[in-house]
Amino acid sequence: MKIEVQGISKKFGRFPALHEVNLTVPSGKLVALLGPSGSGKTTLLRIIAGLEFGDTGRILFDGRDVTELPAGKRQVGFVFQHYALFRHLTVFRNITFGLDVRPRRLRPSPVDAAKRVAELLKLVQLEGLESRFPPQLSGGQRQRIALARALAVEPKVLLLDEPFGALDAKVRKDLRRWLREFHERVHITTLFVTHDQEEALELADEVVVLHEGRIQQIGTPEQIYHQPANEFVHTFLGNVNELPGSGGTLRVRPHEILIGKNEEGGLVGTVVNVHAAGPVVRVLVRVPDRTDPVLVELSQREHSGLGLVENDRVTLSY
Amino acid sequence: MVDGAAQFGGGGLMGAALGMRRSYEAVAPHKEVLPEPLLAKLVIGGLGLAFLVLFLFIPLVAVFHGALEKGWDLFLQSFDDPAGWHAIQLTLIVAAIAVPLNMVFGLAAAWAITKFKFRGKSFLITLIDLPFAVSPVVAGLIYVLLCGRQGWFGPWLLEHDIRIIFALPGIVLATIFVTFPFVARELIPLMQAQGNDEEFAAVTLGAGGWQTFWRVTLPKVKWGLLYGVILCNARAMGEFGAVSVVSGHIRGQTNTIPLHIEILYNEYQAVAAFAFAALLALLALVTLGVKTLVETLSRGQFRGDAQLVIAAKEA
Repeated sequence: MKIEVQGISKKFGRFPALHEVNLTVPSGKLVALLGPSGSGKTTLLRIIAGLEFGDTGRILFDGRDVTELPAGKRQVGFVFQHYALFRHLTVFRNITFGLDVRPRRLRPSPVDAAKRVAELLKLVQLEGLESRFPPQLSGGQRQRIALARALAVEPKVLLLDEPFGALDAKVRKDLRRWLREFHERVHITTLFVTHDQEEALELADEVVVLHEGRIQQIGTPEQIYHQPANEFVHTFLGNVNELPGSGGTLRVRPHEILIGKNEEGGLVGTVVNVHAAGPVVRVLVRVPDRTDPVLVELSQREHSGLGLVENDRVTLSY
Repeated sequence: MVDGAAQFGGGGLMGAALGMRRSYEAVAPHKEVLPEPLLAKLVIGGLGLAFLVLFLFIPLVAVFHGALEKGWDLFLQSFDDPAGWHAIQLTLIVAAIAVPLNMVFGLAAAWAITKFKFRGKSFLITLIDLPFAVSPVVAGLIYVLLCGRQGWFGPWLLEHDIRIIFALPGIVLATIFVTFPFVARELIPLMQAQGNDEEFAAVTLGAGGWQTFWRVTLPKVKWGLLYGVILCNARAMGEFGAVSVVSGHIRGQTNTIPLHIEILYNEYQAVAAFAFAALLALLALVTLGVKTLVETLSRGQFRGDAQLVIAAKEA
């Protein structure tokens, strides 16, 4: 289902959380709402879900105006940052909650409901956990149960608020890959909020960058990364060096700088720090007339060829 | 004095038992992290235990001892008194009216305070604490001032032949006033800590307002609510000061158990006084038993699901 956000503004007291936001999420796509904290991304997600209401503007689902529709009637699945599982209910009852609250005539039979639970647990790869309680599950398991619970009511849209925010680094990477594969199988329109650019770039078909309640750029991960629309997007998506160039200041990413020893031309500087642990080697170079050192990233192979150490004189070209 | 001891003893035991339940819920195995010296542990632990025994356990035992000192026969004879029976009935009736009302009021107040933002919220919280700050005697006097013969509403009430002071309604009102904070005070911090995410989740899954309340909010605060209700009940049955002012001490009509105990004690009927004090303590213990029963019953709910899972696998 296609989601359209038209001219949504929202203020909390005097604080403007969203300003005239327009956005279209195409059907079946996986879209990231990326921004720093306070950028309004979660507010936007909650307005789409019906958990918050905009001061102005409209929300359309497949062209139908749902602005005034309560959350329960929008057919959205919402996964909360801290999962919000019902701690007094088993995994089984958590998943069937959306079915249990339906009017009797729309409720599936108990056996059908149990079948649905079995299917969903298989989908999220957590078979056999029916009778556990949320406190007995790990963070990653809770996250997937929250997803299964949201999917049980067959939503047309899936909304995820910082889906990996509360998980440790290893689980986060695994789940990220799992969610990507999951989306490829299910193809439900999915919108997720994140402050982690790496997560947004790796996972999403499309990235929406928000800052101070305004959309800065909408595009594919490649577009966002390589053709940032403005300074904010450029700096938010990764480290940026501001270097002198022809006709003003140039913003250059650390891996776009070539570093050389004993070479002619380019910017001359002195190495202040070499950090070689990890897949890329980070080198800080002090250049004249600049307070901040320049960050350069190079591969381990390049690094072993150059053999840079502190106080080496180097040239930078970009 | 006697009433105070019985009340204190009953409440203390319940608190201790509930404390045990809470630590039981946190199943983490206990390992020593902070290296206290053995001596410190013994001294502090010993002090705590000695205090508990001295101020909670011994008074409770003393009450039962005082009641049974002259043997079972005399103990049972103490209850062979219509005025005494009436006091028991009245106490139960008052608790049966005041406790459910305070449960509803307390829940509503806690719900409003934690779920919504509104002006005057901190004022409302302070207001809820008022009965704790005001002496029960003053609470009783407030009702006399309002509803007594010379009170603000006195002439009107007299005209319509409605008796509040020196009658059941006055006793119920005074009890409600004094026991109001127990449920709300227990629930507000609990509900604040739990947040509203689960309610939001229920709403996105299609639950209506009532469904969200019954299926999510109420189960979330179930134990806190029960704890508040138990404390409220213990206090409602044991309340002396406020009730004493409004009741008028009419034997066989407006005496509750605590008032009856005072009368017996002042008339040097020590065994009978202690017998009723023991009964009051026993009522508190029964409340605790009811709580345990509710707890056990709530477990049964999950066994049904396990059978459904098996049925689905076979189908």
